[in-house]
Amino acid sequence: MSYLVAFLLAIISSTLIDNVVLSRFYGICSFIGVGNKTKSSIGMGLAVTFVTVFATIICWPIYNFLLIPAEIPYMDTVVFILVIASLVQIVGYFIKKKSPSLYKTLGIYLPLITTNCAVLGVVQGNTDSGLDFGMSVANALGTSIGFFIVIFLFACIRERLEGYKVPKALKGVPIALFVAGLMAMAFLGLQGVAG
Amino acid sequence: MKDLAYREEARARHKESFLAPIIKANPLFVMLLGTCPALAVTKSLEAAIGMGILFTFVLTCSNVLVSSLRKIIPSEVTTPSYIVIIATFVTLVKLLTNAFMPELYATLGVFLSLLVVNCIVLGRSEAFASKNTIFDSFLDGIGNGIGFTWAISLMAIIREILGTGMMTFGKIFTFIPLIKLPILKMVDASNEIIYDYSISLFQTPVGAFLVFGAILAVIAAIGNLKAKKAKYKQKEGNK
Repeated sequence: MSYLVAFLLAIISSTLIDNVVLSRFYGICSFIGVGNKTKSSIGMGLAVTFVTVFATIICWPIYNFLLIPAEIPYMDTVVFILVIASLVQIVGYFIKKKSPSLYKTLGIYLPLITTNCAVLGVVQGNTDSGLDFGMSVANALGTSIGFFIVIFLFACIRERLEGYKVPKALKGVPIALFVAGLMAMAFLGLQGVAG
Repeated sequence: MKDLAYREEARARHKESFLAPIIKANPLFVMLLGTCPALAVTKSLEAAIGMGILFTFVLTCSNVLVSSLRKIIPSEVTTPSYIVIIATFVTLVKLLTNAFMPELYATLGVFLSLLVVNCIVLGRSEAFASKNTIFDSFLDGIGNGIGFTWAISLMAIIREILGTGMMTFGKIFTFIPLIKLPILKMVDASNEIIYDYSISLFQTPVGAFLVFGAILAVIAAIGNLKAKKAKYKQKEGNK
C-alpha cells in the first residue's frame, strides 16, 4: 500500500512540482521548435511519453543486471543512447505496420526523439540517483506526462499569440520565451505543495 | 599561379569556418541550438565557463573524428555512428571531470551526459564535419565552441549578478582562491547585510527564460535597426 502511495506521489511530483521543461530544462529544443501548433505538440507529447517509458523499462534492467555485474557502469551513456536510438527505430516500424493512422500523427516526430534530451535525461537521472524499478517507471511516466501538459499548454498560448500585435523585436521566439518564463513562474508556485 | 589561387581560397575558407560561428552564425543566439544546457547551467559564471570548455572539447574531438571517418561511414548509418563517436568523448570527459574537478561534475550533473544529444554537436557532425576536411572541421569545432561559451557566459553573468547580487569565483574552480565581488549586494565582515538589491527570481528557471528571451529580443532589435538603415541608405543612393 505504502509503495503504491509513493509511486503515485512520485508521478505527481515529477509531473507538476519538478516539471521536466520548466524547472529541469530537458527538451527545450523540441519545446520551442514544435510547440507552436497544438496538433504537432500533441503528437510530440505522445511520442515522448511512449519512448521515455519504454526506454526506462529496457534500460533499467540493462544497467542493473548487465553493466553493474560486468563492472562497466561508466559505459551507461553509450549504451543508453544506443538503446534509445534503436528503440525509436523499432517503435517506428511497429507503429507503421500496426496502425498507419497513428504513424501519421507520430511518425515525423519519432526521429526527433532520439535527440530529445528528455528521454536520455530521465533514463540517466534514474540510474544516477539509484532509483528502484518501480520508482524509475513512475519518474518516467510523470516526467513525460509533465512534458505533454506543458508543451500542449505552451502551443495553445502561442497559437493565440499569433493574432496579437507584439513589438517587432519580440516577435517569434523572444515572446515565446517570455511566455515560458511566466509559465515557469506559475509552476514555481506549485513547489510549495511538496512541503 | 593556380596553386596560389587555390591556397588563397583555402585560407579564406579556414577563416570563414572559424569566425562565422563566433558571431554571425552563433549556435545559441542565431541558430537557437543547444538551448537546454544554456538555460540549465547559467546560474553561475564558473559553471557556464566549465560547461563551455567541456563542450568545446567534445565538439572539436567529435568533429575531427567524424571528418576523418567521413569516407568510411556508410550513408545509411550516419546518425548512429555519430552518436556513438560523440558518446565516447562524452564518457571520456565525464570520467576526467569526475576525477579531477568533482565540484564541476556535481554542478553540471546530468547535463554532462546530455552533451550526447546536444543539437549543436550532432548538428555540426551532420552538417559540417561529414562534408569538410579535417582541418576545417577542427576550426569549425573551436569556433562553435567559442561562440557557445561566450553566449552562455553572457547569460550567466547577467543571471548571477541580478540573482545573487555578487560574482563568486573559486567555488567550482577550487584551484583559485574564493573571491566574492559585491555588485548589487554588500555584506560586512560579520555577514551583516549592508545593502541588497538582488532579485533572487533570476536564479530560478524563470530568470533563465526571461534573460534568454531578453537577449534574443535585443539581437532582433539590432537586426531590425540595421535592416532599416540599409534600406534608408539604398533610398538615398537611388536619389
